[in-house]
Amino acid sequence: MTKEEVLEERIGEWRRYLRRRRAIRSVDVEELEDHLRSRIEALREAGLDEDEAFLVAVKRVGSLDSVSREFALEYTERLWKQLVIPPEAGGASPTARRDAFAAVALAVAAAAALKVPELFGMHIADDAATSFYLRNISLFVLPFLAGFFALTRRLPRSGWYAPALAFIAAALIANLLPFEPKGHTAVLTAIHLPIALWLTAIGFVYGGGRGRSHQQRMNFVRFSGEWFIYYTLIALGGGVLIFFTVFVFEAIGLNAQQAVAEWMLPCGAAGAVLIAAWLVESKQSVIENMAPVLTLLFTPLFAALLLVFVAAMIWTGNAIDVRREVLIGFDLLLVLVLGLLLYAISARDSQAVPGRFDGLRLLLVLCALLVDLLALWSMVARTSEFGFSPNKTAALGLNLLLLVNLGWSAVLYVRFLAKRAPFARLERWQTAYLPAYAVWAWIVAAVFPIIFGYR
Amino acid sequence: MDIDKDLVAASATPLVLAILSEGPSYGYAIIKRVGELSGGELRWTDGMVYPLLHRLERRGLVEAVWGRSETGRRRKYYRLTRAGAEHLARRRRQWRVVDIALRGVRLMASDPTLQPG
Repeated sequence: MTKEEVLEERIGEWRRYLRRRRAIRSVDVEELEDHLRSRIEALREAGLDEDEAFLVAVKRVGSLDSVSREFALEYTERLWKQLVIPPEAGGASPTARRDAFAAVALAVAAAAALKVPELFGMHIADDAATSFYLRNISLFVLPFLAGFFALTRRLPRSGWYAPALAFIAAALIANLLPFEPKGHTAVLTAIHLPIALWLTAIGFVYGGGRGRSHQQRMNFVRFSGEWFIYYTLIALGGGVLIFFTVFVFEAIGLNAQQAVAEWMLPCGAAGAVLIAAWLVESKQSVIENMAPVLTLLFTPLFAALLLVFVAAMIWTGNAIDVRREVLIGFDLLLVLVLGLLLYAISARDSQAVPGRFDGLRLLLVLCALLVDLLALWSMVARTSEFGFSPNKTAALGLNLLLLVNLGWSAVLYVRFLAKRAPFARLERWQTAYLPAYAVWAWIVAAVFPIIFGYR
Repeated sequence: MDIDKDLVAASATPLVLAILSEGPSYGYAIIKRVGELSGGELRWTDGMVYPLLHRLERRGLVEAVWGRSETGRRRKYYRLTRAGAEHLARRRRQWRVVDIALRGVRLMASDPTLQPG
């Protein structure tokens, strides 16, 4: 790449950074870019080369607002090192290598931790131990993930307390409460504890101990989406690996299934959590995020599906059959729509004018809301058969949370399309609402068992 | 020379409006012009000019117009509105009053480098 092309790429990176992290439209990004380019030209005329001119210009433009200052802080250090320290032949920077080492070490530790209970007689394949493992699964893995972020973000000592507290609380909830081994509340807690810990402890450590700002939460949302995609890819690859392992060993007459079930699968799944996180971190600025690309693909597909569904309901006149499984299904539908909306928001240039895709997204949200309201209506009409079991209450609670989130998002989206509110309001609503899910997850994990008598 | 921050702040708006009365301009050029006019003594930072311009735009003293630079890049130009021109005239009168008062006092008279004329 010529120096000119490198410069253009850097300016592009700066521009994308500013566009993505901008919360309030106080300065026009294009205006700033023109300013940056004028500065760079002037500096080049003064005799600096492309790299030096970019470095100096970005630092000076950094006095313009907090976002460009953030960029200047984060990137100029790297750029400065690149300029000042001659590049090693094909070597990664020391920070990257340290991060990679930490990631692998912690992945191994998490995998090992998973096997530790075996020393105390609890075999992972045993039926009796299943309940124990299910409830505690997040405690075997997430503390290591928190440790990874604490290390890479140089969390100060004071920042270790809050996540440690969360993990201890989770450990107490999972192990001290007298659950019925195969009861519903045990399953609910097993599902909601990881979510609660992810949103609170991991989110806290990811933000470097500062979990409050809108930017930090949005960054964490982006990270979570990318992490999920990477984990799925690794899981698929792992599945292929397991298949070939079993196949190959069977070909020489050895049964590898036990080794696979007791070692490869659990340890791989645990270690992959850390590896996926490290991959997301290390590729952060290089490649376009994948989650928004996927939402671009699936938003029209799901919108079409829901439209056809609503049409079919009207055409046939069939009411929604309300059983417990159905409500959970609608919860998942709403979560999916929320995900599509959220990741589209995360990648959107908040200063761009409303486009056709925005209309499509709004249509998707409205259809999902309509369908969900119809389901809830059918349920209200049959409350006598409803009863308040732990599963139903959890599903209902989540449904209401999602309704409020998506409903108000739809209102804000309409206002945005009518040009009566900036896009930033919609972004801020999403990030401000996130703690609601965290609180709900903790309630289901900790309070539900007590209320429902550990059934 | 180290110019007092208050002085720089107070003179910022009239300077920008006066520069814009010479013709439409954009942020970077305004900074350069201020440097020229003050013989290099007034060095405005990038961080000063854009908040100021946007404030003036909100107050209706200037209006923004998108145009093209010589290289074809999109560039935001600002130009003086009528309200801005009136505001500038008022400010000029106020500065003239202060200038005359300062010249009349011994403070200026005793320093030979500051003699009028």
